[in-house]
Amino acid sequence: MHDGDFFYQAFVYLSAAVIAVPIAKKLGLGSVLGYLIAGVLIGPFVFGFIGQEGQDVMHFAEFGVVMMLFLVGLELQPSLLWKLRSQILGLGGIQVIATSAIIAGLVLVFTSLPWQTALAIGLTLALSSTAIVLQTLSEKGLLKTEGGQNAFSVLLFQDIAVIPILAFLPLLAIAEAGTTVAHESTTWIDGLPIVLRTLVILGVIVSIVVGGRYLISPAFRLIAQTRLRELFTAAALLLVIGITLLMTQVGLSPALGTFLAGVVLAQSEYRHELETDIEPFKGLLLGLFFIAVGASIDFQLIINNPGLIALIVLGLVFVKLVVLYVIGRFFGMRMDNNLLFTFGLAQGGEFAFVLFSYALQNGVVTDSTANPLIAAVAISMALTPLLMLLNEKLIQPYFGTKKEDDREADVIDEQNEVIIAGFGRYGSTIGRFLQANGTQATYLDIDPNNVDLLRKLGLKVFYGDASRHDLLHAAGAKDAKLLIVAVDDSEKALEIIETAQKHFPHLKIISRSKSWDDYFNMIEKDLLGVFREFSDGALRMAADALCFVGLRKNQVHRALKKFRKHDEMYLKELASSRHEHHTFIKHSKQHIEDLEKMILDDIENEAKDKDLGWDTTTIKEEFIPILNKLKEEAKKNT
Amino acid sequence: MKALVLFAHPAFHKSKINKILVDGLSELEGVTFHDLYEHYPEFDIDVKEEQKLLSEHDCIIFQHPFFWYSTPAILKEWQDNVLQHGWAYGSKGVALKGKYFFNAITTGAPEQAYKKGAFHDHTIKELLVPLKQTAVLCKMISLPPFVVHATHVMDTDEILDYKNDYFNLLKTIVDDKLDLDRVSDLDYLNHYLIKEEL
Repeated sequence: MHDGDFFYQAFVYLSAAVIAVPIAKKLGLGSVLGYLIAGVLIGPFVFGFIGQEGQDVMHFAEFGVVMMLFLVGLELQPSLLWKLRSQILGLGGIQVIATSAIIAGLVLVFTSLPWQTALAIGLTLALSSTAIVLQTLSEKGLLKTEGGQNAFSVLLFQDIAVIPILAFLPLLAIAEAGTTVAHESTTWIDGLPIVLRTLVILGVIVSIVVGGRYLISPAFRLIAQTRLRELFTAAALLLVIGITLLMTQVGLSPALGTFLAGVVLAQSEYRHELETDIEPFKGLLLGLFFIAVGASIDFQLIINNPGLIALIVLGLVFVKLVVLYVIGRFFGMRMDNNLLFTFGLAQGGEFAFVLFSYALQNGVVTDSTANPLIAAVAISMALTPLLMLLNEKLIQPYFGTKKEDDREADVIDEQNEVIIAGFGRYGSTIGRFLQANGTQATYLDIDPNNVDLLRKLGLKVFYGDASRHDLLHAAGAKDAKLLIVAVDDSEKALEIIETAQKHFPHLKIISRSKSWDDYFNMIEKDLLGVFREFSDGALRMAADALCFVGLRKNQVHRALKKFRKHDEMYLKELASSRHEHHTFIKHSKQHIEDLEKMILDDIENEAKDKDLGWDTTTIKEEFIPILNKLKEEAKKNT
Repeated sequence: MKALVLFAHPAFHKSKINKILVDGLSELEGVTFHDLYEHYPEFDIDVKEEQKLLSEHDCIIFQHPFFWYSTPAILKEWQDNVLQHGWAYGSKGVALKGKYFFNAITTGAPEQAYKKGAFHDHTIKELLVPLKQTAVLCKMISLPPFVVHATHVMDTDEILDYKNDYFNLLKTIVDDKLDLDRVSDLDYLNHYLIKEEL
């Protein structure tokens, strides 16, 4: 591709996205619809900034779907996947079979197409759009609801079902001529007998699972130790692309392969980091994919056959809605979840593009049949965000379950009220204490060796840079109550505080400070608490020193508490008056001055324990004359 | 018989009387001296350890200045935590059954101040009722208190006399020579020794 071309195209796509998506979001339409509209606008039928190469772009951008499934996998613990098995097989299986059968039946009844073509159309249209559904659900935060989980299960089954459907389509060929030639022979295993082929496929899957479990973590640790962020990103991309290549070579769906790898890595300490690295690529590619879908809608065809296309779209959406709703009821989903599930999945999917072109190659369908169907699928995809909006705004409020009994069992893996950033000696002490008292925190640390060590000790510490808002987000900052900043690096600590305050204003923060400067800077951030790391240790040592030279422990302990209180009060005062001198007095000089002031103040008052409650001096002054008199009398009496 | 002195004085570093009274206590045969404020400056009383100590002794003594007609704070904390139901009291709480208990207290005011119509309007015996009842509830034998009065105006000789009495009393108890019949109608344990001398 020509350089100028590339930049021109990139410019067009990016501008379309940057302009259309924020507008769509503002209007409450969601980003997916924004991208689709952008695609339509720049496509050949409106402004014509891009032409037929839209198809190539779509092919390339499908990689975004692969990345998305990797990320979805990362969020899914294997145990959760296992729990979903009945939904995947049951819901997914019934949906695909029932929808295929009904669509095939309708095609047979209303057209004169042969049964083979009808069946191929049925199977192809039964699939929904993983990209649009997952993106929209996660944007609305509905992925973890029962409806969202079930939609996901069905999509996962469909992704798996694509493989046998691809194998099955050539058997449905009606036009014999030239079909065998069209069958591409590009994968490693095409020439192999079926048994060997199966063995190779199984081998690849096993190697992904085993490799993910035992090779990837040590490899990432080595890479993380270089402390070069971009290298980690490169490695993450390499992993996803490598799996994609491998899966393509053995004829499996790349999305499925990366999903599997994601699930395997879901328990790895690098999970959050991988998520944050892949996320932006996924977002961009997926956006590109949606734009390409928008651009590829053949308006010429639609204009020529508006009635037919509308009929196909409506028929497709209607059949899907009915099937999904009935299955949802059958599986005992509550109304609101079922509606989400039903409206979410009522569209054709991106696999339809692949399957129809494959069917064309194999002579299962003809051009004149496939083209209107492809256009209809694209339109149904574009309608999905609108359908979901319709459900959300108009249908759910009337038919959905009321809020009061809307008690979902949240499927959340690592979601705690407390996040500890920095899990070295300092942070781990905090973590141990919280844990000992029944409060589990989410631990983040940036030192891979430390993470590794703590993991070996059975602590779930995540590797990552807590000053990045996406990582904090992944760690659950949105729902957490308290962030404990315990990192060693003062600048990093301030960065974390700034990020957290900016993106998660509800989050309360307490922080460790290393120096007075730190302390003052943090006090200005208006945190819930700032703790000087050495002050307590030093004071305890000083207190013990006093005990060792013979003072009463009780007396010393009370003196310690008093001193600490006084000290903190004084530092806060200093912090508030600091800006006045700060600029023209050198820091070191300022420190000495401050310290001097504090020491003088300690000597003068407050910080000393005076045992006021137990001091008998004034009592004696008042009563001794009387007591002496009484004593004299008593002596006389005896 | 073994005696346990649970000593509580929050400002011991300023104490005159108690310093002398306590000096040498731990060297007495059969007596264990346990300084609560020194042992638990953070009030983190080790209940198991305290219960073990109690089990190993037959006479429990609260020695302390008489603060607000009661014990200093740590001894209250000690009672709240150590005297658990099922261990110290209740149908199954028999760990302290039959042990002796008394207070050894110091007061700034003289004995005359502790009677009806006087400065404190009550006798020491009356004021100590909660502690006595605590002991009774724990199935202990509650003895009258050992009291050092008028500490504000006491000279060293006098203190040493008291100390002598106190140590002798402890020895009598440790040697198992305390006559319970004679104790019961006494106001102060101090008088037990005087009677003996007579």
